[in-house]
Amino acid sequence: MRASAKNDARVVAEHGLGARIGRALVYLLLVALALLTLFPFYWMFVLATHLQTDIFSAPPPMWFGEALQRNYDALLARLPFLRNIWNSFYIAGLATAFTMFFASLAGFAFAMYQFRFKNVLFGTVVASLMVPPVLGIIPYYLIIQWLGWIDTPRAIWFPAMASAFGIFLMRQYIASSMPRDLMDAGRIDGASEFRIYWSIALPIVRPGLATLGLVTFIGQWNNFLVPLVVLSSRENFTVPVALRTMQGLIQTDWGAVLIGTSLAVLPLLIIFMLASRQVIEGLVAGSVKG
Amino acid sequence: MAKTIAPGTPRLPWSTRLDKFQRRYAPYIFISPFFLLFAVFGLFPIVFSLYLSLQAWNPVQGLGTMRYIGLENYVWLMDDPWFWRSITNTLWIAIASGVPQHVLAIPLAFALSRGIRRFRHPLTAAYFLPYITSAVAVSLVFLTIFGTQFGILNQTLQYLATAPWSAWLFGGLADALPINWLGRAPNIKPAISILVVWQYFGFNVVLYAAGLATIPKDYYEAAEIDGANGRQAFFNITLPLLRPMIFFAVSLTIIGNLQLFDQPFILTDGTGGSSQAGMTVVMYLYRTGFNWLEMGTAAAIAWLLVLLIGVLTMIHFRFFGRSGLETRD
Repeated sequence: MRASAKNDARVVAEHGLGARIGRALVYLLLVALALLTLFPFYWMFVLATHLQTDIFSAPPPMWFGEALQRNYDALLARLPFLRNIWNSFYIAGLATAFTMFFASLAGFAFAMYQFRFKNVLFGTVVASLMVPPVLGIIPYYLIIQWLGWIDTPRAIWFPAMASAFGIFLMRQYIASSMPRDLMDAGRIDGASEFRIYWSIALPIVRPGLATLGLVTFIGQWNNFLVPLVVLSSRENFTVPVALRTMQGLIQTDWGAVLIGTSLAVLPLLIIFMLASRQVIEGLVAGSVKG
Repeated sequence: MAKTIAPGTPRLPWSTRLDKFQRRYAPYIFISPFFLLFAVFGLFPIVFSLYLSLQAWNPVQGLGTMRYIGLENYVWLMDDPWFWRSITNTLWIAIASGVPQHVLAIPLAFALSRGIRRFRHPLTAAYFLPYITSAVAVSLVFLTIFGTQFGILNQTLQYLATAPWSAWLFGGLADALPINWLGRAPNIKPAISILVVWQYFGFNVVLYAAGLATIPKDYYEAAEIDGANGRQAFFNITLPLLRPMIFFAVSLTIIGNLQLFDQPFILTDGTGGSSQAGMTVVMYLYRTGFNWLEMGTAAAIAWLLVLLIGVLTMIHFRFFGRSGLETRD
C-alpha cells in the first residue's frame, strides 16, 4: 500500500516534470519557427534602410541603417509611388465598398426569401466559385478593351464588385444570425423590403460584413495578374505592378525596391495587427464553407 | 419605402401595387447586381474563351481577322515542348511546395492546440502573416534572400557548413555553395517552392487547427487514461479524425498550386528563367496571350489547365474523397 502510493507520487512527479520539459521544447520550436517565418519581413525593413553596397556585403547588415531617406528618394525618382499607393487604395476601397453592399444584399435575399429558381441561382453562385479565375482572363481583357477601359482603375474595381465568395459568406452569416420573425415584424411596421435589409439585417451582420470587407480589401490590394494585364502607364499602376517595373533593370536599386515592398506590406501589417482574428477567420471560414 | 395610406385616398391602388411589386420582386432585385456583373465579366469570358480557343487571332489586327481553325490550337499545344515543360514545371512545383506545407502544418496545428496553453493566437498569426501579404512584394524580398553571392540564405548555409557545431550536418553542402538559386535551371523550381511553402503553410496550419477543434477532448482524455503518450494520440486519434480536413486542405492546395503565377513570374523576372525552368502554365498563358499576342492559343492553354485541374481534383476525390465526403457535415 505504502510502496504503491510512493510509486504513484513518483509517477506523477515525473510526468509533471517530463510534461513541463516537453512543453518548453514545444514552445521553443514553435517560437523559433514563428521567428523564422517573420524574418523575411524584418529583413525587408532592415535592407530598406541600407545602401546598395551594404546590402551586398558579407556578413549582411542585421540592424537598421541610415539610408532610408536616400532609398525613398530613389524610389520616388523611379516611380510616382505615392500615386501608385493612392491607386491601390482607390481600387481596393471601391471594390471593397461595393462588394460589401452587393454581397450582403444578395446574401440577404438568398438567406431570407423563398423564390423561384432560388436553388438554381444559388447553385450558379457556388459553381462560379469553382471556376479558376485565370480561365476568362483573355476575353476579360478584350471586354475591357472594347469598353475603352484599358489603363483605367474601373477596369479592375468594376468587375470586382461581383463576389460570389462574398455572397456565399454573407448568406451563411445572415441565415445563422437573423431570425425570420424579424422579417415579418419589419413588414408589419410598414418597412419596404430594402428597408428591412438596410435597417434590420445589416446591423445584425455587421461583424460578418467587416470580415468580408477586410478579406476583399486584402485580396484587391495584393491583386497582380489583372492590373498587370489591363494597366499600361506608370501613373495608373497599382503598387504590385509598379514594384514589378523596378525589377529587371540593369542595376536594380534594391534599397529602393525594398522600401517599396515595405510600403506595400505596411497597410496589411496594420490591418492584421488590429484585426488578425477576423482576417484569419474570414479567409479560412470562406474556404471551409466554400 | 412604401407607406400604407389610409383607405379612401385615391392613390391607394397605385401605392398598394407598388408595394406588392417590391415585395414580390425584392429577392430578384437584390441578387441582380451580382448576376448582371457575373454575366458580363464572369460567364461571358468563359464561354468566349472556349470560342476563342478555336480561332487563330492576333488582336492587333482587329476582330475581323479572327479565323476559325477548329482544334488546331490544341493540336499545336500537344506538340509544343514549352507547353509540356510548363505542365511538368507546374506539377513539380505543386508537389514540391504542396507536400511540405501539409507535412509541416499538421504537426504544427497539433502542437498549437494540444502542446501549449498560451500564446496560441500570436503564434498562429505569425505563421499566417505571409499568406495575406502581397505575393509580388514578398517575391521581391525573396529575390534578395536567394542572392548568389550575398543572399542571406547562401550566407547562412555557408556558415552552417563551416561552423564547428553544425558542420557534421551541413558540411556536405560546402562544395555546392554558393548555390545559384535563380540563375541555374535545376535550382529555380526548388527556390520557387521554398517561397510558396513559406507563404502558404500558415494557411494550412489554421485549417488544421480548425479541424482539430472539432475533435472532442474526451478522446484524448480516454487515451491518456489508457496510457497512450502524445505520439500515440497523434497517430491514432488526431490523424484519422483529421482526414476529412486533410482531404479538403489538399484539394485547395492542388487547385491553388496549379495556378501559380505571381511568385514564379517575379522570381524569374517574367521570363520563366533559364531553360524556362520556372515557367508555370499560367505564366505561359500570360506570355502567349500578352507578349506574343496569340489570343486563341492562350485561350486553349486556359482550357487545358482547367481540364488538368479538373482531372487531378477528380483523381483526388476518387482515391481520398470517400471518407472525406462521408464525414463532412
